[in-house]
Amino acid sequence: MSNGTATTALRAEQDRGRKTAQNREKWAQGRTYISAAVILIWCLAPAYWMVVTAFRDVGFTYDTSILPTHVTLDNFNTAFDTSFGNRFGQALLNSVFIGVVVTAVSLLIGVFAAYALARLNFRFKYLVLGFILGASMFPGVALITPLFQLFTNIGWMGTYQALIIPNISFVLPLTVYTMTSFFREMPWELEESARVDGCTQGQAFRKVIMPLAAPAIFTTAILAFISSWNEFLIASQLSSDATQPVTVAIANFAGAQPNQIPYTAIMAAGTIVTIPLVILVLVFQRKIVAGLTAGAVK
Amino acid sequence: MATELGPTPVKSPASGGTPIHHGPKGVGEDNKILSQGKWASWLLAPTIIALGIVIVYPIISAIVMSFQKDAGLDPATGLFTAGGPAGVQNYVNWIAQQCSAPGGGTVACPPGTLGGQFWTATTTTFFFTVVTVALETVLGFWMAMIMARTFKGRSLVRAAVLVPWAIPTAVTAKLWFFIFAFEGIANKLFNTTILWTGSEWPAKWAVIIADVWKTTPFMALLILAGLQMIPAEVYEAAKVDGATAWQRFRMITLPLVKPALMVAILFRTLDALRMFDLPYILTGGANNTTTLSILVINQIRQGFNSAAALSTITFIIIFIVAFIFVRFLGANVVEQSGATGKGKK
Repeated sequence: MSNGTATTALRAEQDRGRKTAQNREKWAQGRTYISAAVILIWCLAPAYWMVVTAFRDVGFTYDTSILPTHVTLDNFNTAFDTSFGNRFGQALLNSVFIGVVVTAVSLLIGVFAAYALARLNFRFKYLVLGFILGASMFPGVALITPLFQLFTNIGWMGTYQALIIPNISFVLPLTVYTMTSFFREMPWELEESARVDGCTQGQAFRKVIMPLAAPAIFTTAILAFISSWNEFLIASQLSSDATQPVTVAIANFAGAQPNQIPYTAIMAAGTIVTIPLVILVLVFQRKIVAGLTAGAVK
Repeated sequence: MATELGPTPVKSPASGGTPIHHGPKGVGEDNKILSQGKWASWLLAPTIIALGIVIVYPIISAIVMSFQKDAGLDPATGLFTAGGPAGVQNYVNWIAQQCSAPGGGTVACPPGTLGGQFWTATTTTFFFTVVTVALETVLGFWMAMIMARTFKGRSLVRAAVLVPWAIPTAVTAKLWFFIFAFEGIANKLFNTTILWTGSEWPAKWAVIIADVWKTTPFMALLILAGLQMIPAEVYEAAKVDGATAWQRFRMITLPLVKPALMVAILFRTLDALRMFDLPYILTGGANNTTTLSILVINQIRQGFNSAAALSTITFIIIFIVAFIFVRFLGANVVEQSGATGKGKK
């Protein structure tokens, strides 16, 4: 019988051990949730504040209640209103136009370079890769002075091409870099089989690889478009009222009186500029994170 | 910097060594590499040429400009200066803070002129860089450790961190300008009456907080990618051997995540050194928040050539920092990106 009591004692001991382990597990899990909540609030609260303020009546700009109060759509009308010299609607079109052209050109040129860097063996490969990466880290401010003078001399100040060309300097390296790392992971055996079946290398690329690469190219396009959309430094110097992108329009947003900042309208404009991007990013979250970290470029 | 690369890197004699068109030995392999090299140069040519036009050409032209005098009225003498070669005068003006004196020669720039702001702007830029990157590294590491755990709602957190990243910096600046307004939520929340953008330290902290908010997610995601490459078995083995959580962090996590971490820190540092949008919109560069980039922009309309000298100095500073990172701190960007490309699941 002593054997039996020993067993029960042992079992009780084990039970206790399991319970403390369980408790510790629970406590760790609880801490994880608290940390996760802190991260969520830290990341989302300021953005939420922008959206809430955007829907708030201008008379209650500084209202501090967390939930939306005095809800109105007036601020969105004010954002598009041109009577105080703001051209937000035009700026939106400009940003879309510049972003699309920059993205298209960068992808068109960059896809070939990425293919070469991911697939071919050649000398100076790492030198080229390093050069392209260095180019993406390049300070925009080092380009602006000569471009400012050049564009003034040839009468390009304030034109679309004066904004598109400098943007390519940082979007193209980003495109090449992100796409190179995507291309490295593709099932290239398929290309080999296509070639065995009688395709040329070009055909194999167009007919087999391109369709497979479509998601990667699409993700790269989103990243490229976002970085062009967010550009401010070059645009703030080289654009005119007619060609300015949204970032410049928002930065210079004017109110009815010069000394009164139209916060609610600015927040509305910011919301309009941000929401499509945020939706796009959240929908393609997985791919975008892969692109961001694989390319490891902003 | 990369001009010797040219549009056809394969044939470039720059790196010495054996030329590619050597004799008939090793025909099979060599021909393959040769033909791939030809292919590669054709595929790379458009990118290299484009980057040559949009980056290399402006850089060279900036350097040429920086050795020219600015034409125009000399602010000190009131006399018209015709331009012409200036030697290193523009650089001396910035670094030694010397402005041209009425009787020829130079005197120290009076405070308030752009020439007098070079060292303050440099200090401010480095201050912002060190503080923001340090905060972002610590916070980003913590966020990445949390996101690496398994818990319900993990994908929600991973999605949420992308929100600050997706918001354009110009909008971020305006948003924080509103948060830090005198009657804004920050003052109400902490029951303070600080004029955030009105004096030096609050203005600096406003810029730092906004920057940390905006860019920590990027850091966290890069570190997370590094964390996910550490096999779980390593931790299991350490646990069996009785390693404490702190020991596991210090002996396993830190060394194994170091390559990814160094690259993340390098990227953020180079990015912070060229910081422009945030202080330019948030504080307008007032109260000693003028960074080197802002100083260049302010200078452009007062004289291209002088601005070119300053932008070249900025470029060289960033280049030196990058060099130090790669050479002495072991941030191997090219290999690391190759590794993440292959090793990612």
